[in-house]
Amino acid sequence: MNPEVYDMQNADVAWCPGCGNFAILKTLKMALADLEIPPENLVMVSGIGQAGKLPHYIKSNVFNGLHGRSLSPATGIKASNKNMNVVAVSGDGCTYGEGGNHFMHTIRRNPDITNIVHNNMVYGLTKGQASPTSQINLKTPFQVDGVFEEPFNPLAVAISLGATFVARAFAGDIEKTRKIIKKAVEHKGYSLVDIFQPCPTFNKVNTFQWFKNNIYYLEDSYKPHNKAKALKRAVEGPHESGKFPLGIFYIKEGLKTFEENLSVYEKVDTPLFKREVDRDKLKKLIESKKKI
Amino acid sequence: MVVKVISANQAVSNAVKLAKPQVIPVYPITPQTSISEYLAKYVADGDIDSEYIMVESEHSAISAAVGASGTGVRVFTATSSQGLALMHEILFAAAGLRNPIVMANANRALAAPLSIWNDHQDSISQRDTGWMQIYVENGQEALDSILKCYKISEDHDVLLPSMVCLDGFILTHTVEPVDIPSQELVDSFLPDYQPQESFLDPLNPRSLGTFADPNYYMEARYQMEVAMQKSKKIIKKVNQEFKEIFGRENSFVEEYRCEGAEIILVAMGSICSTIRDVVDDMRDRGKKVGLLKVSNYRPFPEKEIFEAVKNADRIAVLDKNISFGMGGALYTEIRANIDVESYGFIVGLGGRDITPNHIEDIVNKTLNPIKKITWIGLKEEV
Repeated sequence: MNPEVYDMQNADVAWCPGCGNFAILKTLKMALADLEIPPENLVMVSGIGQAGKLPHYIKSNVFNGLHGRSLSPATGIKASNKNMNVVAVSGDGCTYGEGGNHFMHTIRRNPDITNIVHNNMVYGLTKGQASPTSQINLKTPFQVDGVFEEPFNPLAVAISLGATFVARAFAGDIEKTRKIIKKAVEHKGYSLVDIFQPCPTFNKVNTFQWFKNNIYYLEDSYKPHNKAKALKRAVEGPHESGKFPLGIFYIKEGLKTFEENLSVYEKVDTPLFKREVDRDKLKKLIESKKKI
Repeated sequence: MVVKVISANQAVSNAVKLAKPQVIPVYPITPQTSISEYLAKYVADGDIDSEYIMVESEHSAISAAVGASGTGVRVFTATSSQGLALMHEILFAAAGLRNPIVMANANRALAAPLSIWNDHQDSISQRDTGWMQIYVENGQEALDSILKCYKISEDHDVLLPSMVCLDGFILTHTVEPVDIPSQELVDSFLPDYQPQESFLDPLNPRSLGTFADPNYYMEARYQMEVAMQKSKKIIKKVNQEFKEIFGRENSFVEEYRCEGAEIILVAMGSICSTIRDVVDDMRDRGKKVGLLKVSNYRPFPEKEIFEAVKNADRIAVLDKNISFGMGGALYTEIRANIDVESYGFIVGLGGRDITPNHIEDIVNKTLNPIKKITWIGLKEEV
C-alpha cells in the first residue's frame, strides 16, 4: 500500500523546521502502509503536546484526548470495537508524566494497542521545560539550576510491569524504525515503541548528533524473550558510561489481551455499537428469574 | 516604588516575590507558564528564598501546595484551564483543610473543543470549591490582588484559599505600566505568615485530612460558610489598609459613571477596560450608561452590587462562561439576589473577540429586549 493513503491534504503542520516529528510521521505512515491497514480501520489516539498533534496529520479516525490521556481513551475505543487498529501516540511528558498512572495500568491491562511515544527529553509545547525523561543537569526555564531527578526509564518500567512488547527506536533512522513499528503494530497485546527524537528548538543538549553518538542497536543475536536480560539492557545508557540500546527489548507471546478477557467478545467479534438486544432472550431471562 | 512596563504574568511573579512564599509547586500550562518561569529565575537568582517544586501534573502541584500549607508555611501556585480542572478534587481539600494558599489562574477556555484562548469557564467551574475568587482588570490589579489575597486568606477569621483570576493572553501576555511597591512597604502590609491552628507541628502532633462521619461533616462545612461570610469584613478592612499604604483603591465592585445611568453593564476582568471606553463614548452622545466592575466573585458581593445598580432601569450582565441550560454564572446569581430588571449576555467564549460594537449592541439589546439571555458575537444567529 502507498503511504500516501494516509496523507492529509492541505494540512497546516505546526511543528518547527527540523523537528523529529516529521520523520516519525513519515515512518509511521510507511509502516502502516506496509501492513496494508486501511485508514478507515485505523484509530489514532493522542494526548497533548507536539507529538499529540501527529494524528491531525494522518488520514484516519482521530481522537485527541486531554493531557496525559491517550491510553485510557485508546483502551475504551479498543474495548468497544476490537477489530480496529488502535495506535496511541503522544510525547514523553504526556505519556510518562501527566499520564504516568495510565501508562502503568494500561500495561497491566494489556489491550491490543500500539503505544508510540515521541521521546525528545523535553516539553516542546510549553516551550522547553524538563520532562520525565530529561537527562540530569539539563537546564531549562523551570529547572534553572539543572534537572536533578533521575530520568524516567520507560523501557525498564514497561518490562518490569509485564508489557508484552517493548522497543526503542530513533526518529533519525527511518528504515529500522519502520520495521520496529511494523512489528509493534503486528504484535497482539500492548506494545510500547519509545522513539528518541531531537527537539532542535528547545533541547540544545540532546541534539540529533547527541543521539547519534549515544545510541546503538541491540546485536542481531539478542533474543527478546528473557525478561531479566531485557531489563538489564533497558537500564543501559550514557549514565552507566555506555549508550542507549535501540531495537526490540522484550516480547511476550500468548498472554490474553484485555479484549480477550472481556466476556462480550467470548463468542463474537462484532463491535458493540452494531449489536442489538436479543429481546426474546432477555424476556426468557426475566421470566426465568420470576419463577424463583 | 518602581513603575515597570510588564505583562500581568510578570506582575503576578513580582507580587509573589514580594509576598515571599516558602513553597512554590508548579507545572507549566499555557498561558500561565511564564509566571512559573519568572519564579524559577527569582528562586535560582536568590531573589526569593522559596522551595520551588516542578511536579509532573497540576494535580500534584496543588497536592504539594496542600501538603506544604499543612505544615504552616506560605504557599503559592499558578495554573490555567485544564490544569485547574485537573486540580478540582484537591481544591475542595485545600478549602476544607483551611489552607490559606494563594493561586493565580490564567483564565482559559476548557476542552472540548480544545482551546488555549481566554474565557472564564475554568475558574467559574471551581466556584463551589470553597476558594475565594477575585477577577482582575489589568496587571496592576493582578499584583495588588496577590498581596491582598495572602492577607485575607491568612486572616484567622477566614483561613480559606484564594484564586486570583487574570484573563489569558489579554492580560498574561500583554504589557502595561505596573507600579511595583518596595519590599519594605509590602512587609509592613503583609508580615510573615503565622499559622495558628490546623497545621502539622512536630511539637504538637496532630492529624490533617481525616474522615468526618455524619456527626461532624456538616459542622465543618458550616464553618467554611461562616468563614466565607466573615471574609467580607476582612476584605473590606484589607482593601482599606492597602489603600492607606499603597494609595490604590480597590473594592468588591467598582462603579464607573453609574450616576444617573439608565443602563448599567456588569462584568468581570479585562473586558471592563473595553466597556469603560464604550461608556465614555456613549455618554458623550448623551446615552445614560455606566459600568459596574465586579472584582470579588467569591464571596459574592450581592449587597454592593445592589447598592450600585438599584437606581438603574435595567442592567446587562456579561458572562465569559456558560452554565448550560441556565445562563452565565454572574447573571444568574445577580438575578437570584438582586431585584432589578436584568438581561444576560454570553460573550467571548474561547477567545472570541469582544469589540466596542458588541458592547453597544448589548446596550441596545438591553433597551429593546427580546430574550433574557443572548449570545453575542456568534458568526450567525443559531
